[in-house]
Amino acid sequence: MYTEKQLELLELLSQSGPVDVTLAAQMLDMTTDEVTSSIVRFKEDGVLLGYTAVIDWQKINTHHGVTAFIDVKVTPKRGRGFDEVAERIHRFPEVTSLYLMSGAYDLQVVLDGKSLQEVSQFVSEKLSTLDSVISTTTHFRLKTYKHDGVLFSQDDGDKRLKVSP
Amino acid sequence: MKSLSERVEQLAPSGIRRFFDLAGSMEDVISLGVGEPDFVTPWNVREASFSALEQGYTAYSANAGLVELRQEIRTYMQEKFAMDYQVADEIIVTTGASEGLDLAFRTLINPGDEVIVVEPAFVSYAPLIELAGGIPVAAACRPEDGFAILPETIEANITARTKAIIFCFPSNPTGSVMTRDQLADLALLAKKHDLYVISDEIYAELSYEEDPTCFATLPDMRERTIIINGFSKAFAMTGWRLGFTCAPKEITECMLKVHQYGMMCAPTLVQFAGIEALRSRHKTVPDMVRSYRQRRNYFVKALNEAGLPTHSPGGAFYAFPYIGHTGLSSESFAEQLLLAERVAVVPGSVFGASGEGYVRASYASSIEQLQEAIQRINRFMQQLEQQAVAADRLT
Repeated sequence: MYTEKQLELLELLSQSGPVDVTLAAQMLDMTTDEVTSSIVRFKEDGVLLGYTAVIDWQKINTHHGVTAFIDVKVTPKRGRGFDEVAERIHRFPEVTSLYLMSGAYDLQVVLDGKSLQEVSQFVSEKLSTLDSVISTTTHFRLKTYKHDGVLFSQDDGDKRLKVSP
Repeated sequence: MKSLSERVEQLAPSGIRRFFDLAGSMEDVISLGVGEPDFVTPWNVREASFSALEQGYTAYSANAGLVELRQEIRTYMQEKFAMDYQVADEIIVTTGASEGLDLAFRTLINPGDEVIVVEPAFVSYAPLIELAGGIPVAAACRPEDGFAILPETIEANITARTKAIIFCFPSNPTGSVMTRDQLADLALLAKKHDLYVISDEIYAELSYEEDPTCFATLPDMRERTIIINGFSKAFAMTGWRLGFTCAPKEITECMLKVHQYGMMCAPTLVQFAGIEALRSRHKTVPDMVRSYRQRRNYFVKALNEAGLPTHSPGGAFYAFPYIGHTGLSSESFAEQLLLAERVAVVPGSVFGASGEGYVRASYASSIEQLQEAIQRINRFMQQLEQQAVAADRLT
């Protein structure tokens, strides 16, 4: 489906976000046209869906917000499984991620809210009231150490000598 | 006071030292002068040494190294190169590949023996040969051969006293590689003149075009070859000082004597890290290699576009651009580049006379740093050009 170089380009995009096409072409030994058309194709194929920045909001004093991880048990619908209820949940804009899980519960909802109250309101008024939802367990994130492969601590400086044989 | 060892006193200090001091005293330097990976050792490897420490592995290991580590090295050599060395008496775990070199030279050399050093070469070869009582004889790779060595160049330097040849491919400092066929020609020569071969394969994992050849796999070469390898480059473990040698039993037995009296054994904790490094190599090494290859592709192209002709290096993480057309020696080019634009590279002359006219620029830095370095190099080249134009007007 994709060439080895296209797969390498996808890896590069997933690590660095939107890339300078000329630089990517040089790094992967492709032409700029090949890079551009590959990116177009990734989008058309629904493989490349978007880019997000990893931001340490903990450092922004004016940023008030909480992130909740909600374990949800649901009754699957005949013929549609978990998809129907999942689609109803993921359309809420405050839901940032939604996964179908193996194990003790079915769906994991990740939710960004302004306050504990806002999250609890969402759970009690929007989530629990859905027909298929049997139960919910809400966990709040206290601190982020690492997110999407990015460390949130700072001690990553170059410790090498400036010149060595 | 009585004089110190004449041999040591006459040894020239490393040419890298001066640049190290100069670059070290400056701020905001982008260093392309570093001969080591920019990755930190993979976490699982670091973790393995914590665990060994917790379990109290703080005693000596066997002289030749932990049996488990030698077994992993054997497996590695089998899988990577289809080469079999016996755990009991053909593998020594050393304190870095540097110690392996020292063991090899001291084991092979009688006073006055000549060793042919394929240049440009790692800075330690010639001094270590001299310390062992030998005489280093340079055989230069030529840029028009892509910095591979021609058999005739080596043959022209062979005398009745020639005992061995040492080379390193992929090469530090040129990044060049030799094909299996090219190496086979050297093997014929080694056999014809009955020479030992020290093959420094420390960069073998970092090969970007074709699979590296282990020199001992060539016909009749196992019996006369000492393989030097280690963990520094492929596993990003330079500061751990862990290497190994593979050589036939007769040679290894003698090398082990030098090792056991001089070093006793490699640090035990570090050897545990080495076991984990080899066991997890399929998970850790390919990502690093891919990243070097991407940066090489960008950097070599950018250097060429900046007006510094650079051959595409097939391995290691060095570019070796030509700077002779600037009219500067490699040392003054490196010094002026550092002072004017704060980019540190290493003068090619440090790696032997044949490195004159070149500088070594490592691309083991982040792509952003490489881009910034290229901008600065571009600016520097424009300045040189303007100076040249101004000088023309004056004359």
